[in-house]
Amino acid sequence: MNRITHSPHAHASVSIGTVMGTVLLALTPATLFGFWLYGWPAVNLWAVSLIAAIVGEAFVVRLQDRAVRPVLMDGSGILTAWLLAISLPPFAPWWIAVLGSLFAVVIGKQVFGGLGQNVFNPAMAARVMLLISFPLEMTTWVAPAPLGSAQAPSWMESLRITFLSQPIDGMASASLLGHVKTEFTRGVGLDQALVGYYEPMDMLWGSRAGSLGETAAVLLLIGGLFLIVRRIITWHAPFAMLLGVVVPALLFNAIDGNHYAGPMYHLLSGGLMLGAFFIVTDPVTSPNTALGQFIFGFGCGVLTWIIRTWGGYPEGVAFAVMIMNTVAPIIDQYVKPRIYGRDRKGVALPVKKEA
Amino acid sequence: MKLFDLRGGVHPEGKKDLSADRPIRALPLPKRLYISLQQHIGAPASPVVSVGERVLKGQLIAAAQGAVSAPIHAPTSGIIAALGDHVAPHPSGLQVPAITLESDGEDKWIATQAVDDPFALTPEDIAARVGAAGIVGLGGATFPAALKLNLSRNSGVQTLIMNGGECEPYLTCDDHIMRERAGEIIEGIRLIAYAVSAKEVLVGIEDNKPEAIAAMQAAAKESAVKIVVMPSMYPMGSEKQIIQVLTGKEIPAGGRPADIGVLVHNVATAFAVQQAIRYGKPLISRIATVSGGAIKQPCNLEVLVGTPVEELIAYTGGYTQPAARLVLGGPMMGQQFTHTDVPVVKGTSGVLALTSKEIGQAEPSPCIRCSTCVRACPVGLLPLEMASRIRASDLASAVAFGLKDCIACGSCSYVCPANIPLVHYFNYAKGDLAAQERAKLKQEATKKLADARNERMARIERERAEAMAKRKAAKEARERAAAAAKAATEVV
Amino acid sequence: MFTAVISLTILGSAMGLFLGYSARRLEVEGNPLVAEIQAILPGSQCGQCGFPGCAGAAQALADRNAPITLCPPGGRAVVQALSLKLGIEANLSDVKDSVPMIAEVKEEICIGCTRCFKVCPTDAIMGAAQQIHSVFREACTACGKCEEVCPTESIKLQPIPVTLQSWHWHKPLAQGATA
Repeated sequence: MNRITHSPHAHASVSIGTVMGTVLLALTPATLFGFWLYGWPAVNLWAVSLIAAIVGEAFVVRLQDRAVRPVLMDGSGILTAWLLAISLPPFAPWWIAVLGSLFAVVIGKQVFGGLGQNVFNPAMAARVMLLISFPLEMTTWVAPAPLGSAQAPSWMESLRITFLSQPIDGMASASLLGHVKTEFTRGVGLDQALVGYYEPMDMLWGSRAGSLGETAAVLLLIGGLFLIVRRIITWHAPFAMLLGVVVPALLFNAIDGNHYAGPMYHLLSGGLMLGAFFIVTDPVTSPNTALGQFIFGFGCGVLTWIIRTWGGYPEGVAFAVMIMNTVAPIIDQYVKPRIYGRDRKGVALPVKKEA
Repeated sequence: MKLFDLRGGVHPEGKKDLSADRPIRALPLPKRLYISLQQHIGAPASPVVSVGERVLKGQLIAAAQGAVSAPIHAPTSGIIAALGDHVAPHPSGLQVPAITLESDGEDKWIATQAVDDPFALTPEDIAARVGAAGIVGLGGATFPAALKLNLSRNSGVQTLIMNGGECEPYLTCDDHIMRERAGEIIEGIRLIAYAVSAKEVLVGIEDNKPEAIAAMQAAAKESAVKIVVMPSMYPMGSEKQIIQVLTGKEIPAGGRPADIGVLVHNVATAFAVQQAIRYGKPLISRIATVSGGAIKQPCNLEVLVGTPVEELIAYTGGYTQPAARLVLGGPMMGQQFTHTDVPVVKGTSGVLALTSKEIGQAEPSPCIRCSTCVRACPVGLLPLEMASRIRASDLASAVAFGLKDCIACGSCSYVCPANIPLVHYFNYAKGDLAAQERAKLKQEATKKLADARNERMARIERERAEAMAKRKAAKEARERAAAAAKAATEVV
Repeated sequence: MFTAVISLTILGSAMGLFLGYSARRLEVEGNPLVAEIQAILPGSQCGQCGFPGCAGAAQALADRNAPITLCPPGGRAVVQALSLKLGIEANLSDVKDSVPMIAEVKEEICIGCTRCFKVCPTDAIMGAAQQIHSVFREACTACGKCEEVCPTESIKLQPIPVTLQSWHWHKPLAQGATA
């Protein structure tokens, strides 16, 4: 006997696969730009991350005696690995990608009970793990060497860079945030530190040293707006995160312009754009309500600015997101929508008579 | 007129074009009618006819029972063939008491009492006639209309809202009754407004029904009835939501519309009221939409109450392909049914035969907490949190999250990318809680009985013991007396 | 050092006296929990739990000597109430989700012996000697005592028939369960 099915007998044409697929599509421009900017090593690293995540997840799901296909087909593991890959230094060795992907998918997600159960954003958890375990590999940046240019490593060279960790000659560079932090420790102020390093237009387009896919602020912004238009995410969390960085940056920049950088500098550097549109909007680890998401995003922004400004690490997005992930359930506990016919406290509205 | 916002809501594919340009046709007289005695909220009606009796169209065949109930009339003339159980238009597929009527094909009306000037009647008289005609809310809730009229008149209702929203996809029955019978509906609306002495009368119609809006506006020209065009959104036609959109007010939790001075009726109910008051005709038929991807010729039919659904489907030319699911009502809140001999009841707004492509249901996958359901909920609930609690059998927590405020509109299930049957979880929890409540009440009652019995047993025991003691005492006294007598004789 | 010994001694005896006094003054008579648990139980003294009546069962529950799933007539509602009262996690899947039952008389073979009538703890059976008995549904707790004493096996526990009023949706299958 086929069981009677409960209403509704119609369904919107969405599935988890289409949601994840749309996010991947939104990430594609910035990723392709990263491939072009850093050449074949970036492609290698991205491919290794994805393969490691798929194989690792399949293995773990098999261990749990669950069907592998539906888990892989939902695309969440691929998205996690993709996000992790584009937040890695483009010339990082292969084992960084493998370790990171496995950590993200297995420890970050499946150990918590699989999709929807994890407390921390898996990609950010993996990035933090890598950053504190392998600080050297995770902060070795290279100057852009676009495909087709003279400095670009050939395909064979790229294999040596990715798989044999061959030292890079003359390409080492520093990310803007890292550079400024180093200069501060030498007692150099912003007015000198930024010279030759900070070109807002380059920052906007992404032609600078940085993570594989985090540099192209404009392309990430376009991807994020695409997701908002497609109603995959809402504007609350991204806007609040950017706001959370801009407000303190404006304030402190006005107080001491030589020591605290302005909002533009913060907006365009590091992983802020990626974080704002692709990380804090992760449904699993963020609050449920619009107001909750706003608070969550704002907290991520402020913490990012604090870590960048006063913390030990040059970049703080990953740490900020993980800290706010722990707060998300508390936000959900206190920020609930008002129920129809009740006030904010859940008490039934009074019966008014207008006789 | 300023409209207020609906919270949440979804935009399901309308699919109304399937039957939107099909005028209402009357279904040919069926041979056998199965008239359910439970076609309304409240106590089932009790039959007043016996097997073999000849009845005329419109004759009372089952009387209302108790305070909340509605009478039922013969939909056509014929002979009562049976009083027994018939499958109910309900997802359980259980049987309910029903009257089986064998039609004689003559369709002969009983003498009816027409009223030339209905506005000369007293409001109480109008309510009484509406009650006697067996009119219930035709929007689907099937609450006895006369009760609502009396309640609203007594609590001083200011605003009468007529619901022409018809936000459910596929359904076009209200659309067509408004297009084709606007004059009668407006008169019905004025009668209802008069019966509850409402100061303001608003008819809310979704903007996807331009012909109905035009017809209603033309018919309402000379009257105080105001036609309000509302945006098309689901669940606009839900009572709580249409009040919110038209007045900006909310019904207090656990309350009724009358608490905020509002009465809501469906436009089809207004038509039934007009027919009952002006022509004395009881509610014995309704307009229903037959539609869906598996139906050959979707259409709007006027059908007699009690007609088996298979007759409707057969009349429209049958199926183009095997239906993946048969539904009574709209796709968002309608109920699946499996037996095609279920009868049409007063609340049947549509019969849908859907293909699996239209249903679009896939295997549920884990919740990714995307909170699309939170955004879709018109009540402001957290469906994902409630469902996860219910899944873990923690019904009390789900209640704390507002389970009892859920209107079961299905918006959350509709948008869920993980295909989680959220409303199913909620209705399971509501049903289980109600069953627990019933069990608790029964337990309290049986406990009182048990205590009473124990007390009685103890009393009987005590009385017996007392009686024994008395007998013993008497016996001893007798013995003593005997002994004394004996001693006395011995002395003597 | 001397002062220390003295002060500690005084402190110790003062506290001891205070404790001794409070123990007498604030003594709780009996365990109020037993009465509260007894209020939750059906009170039909059917003995299906194996304890002498509901009072015995309540005592055992209060002493944590019995599982909270001990009461078959109480069903899931009682298990949940007990779980709340005693703070014990209720494993409802353990409660044999016994379909609610009710006693029913097979009228053809009832001889009207009144035995069932006499043992029924809730007076749920109506009838007199030499007359067919019938069960008052609202009062029957399905304790089964009547079934035991019936000489002709005419009274039997039957599942309560589902009606439109009592029917409700089943719990949705867990995701993946059908795959």
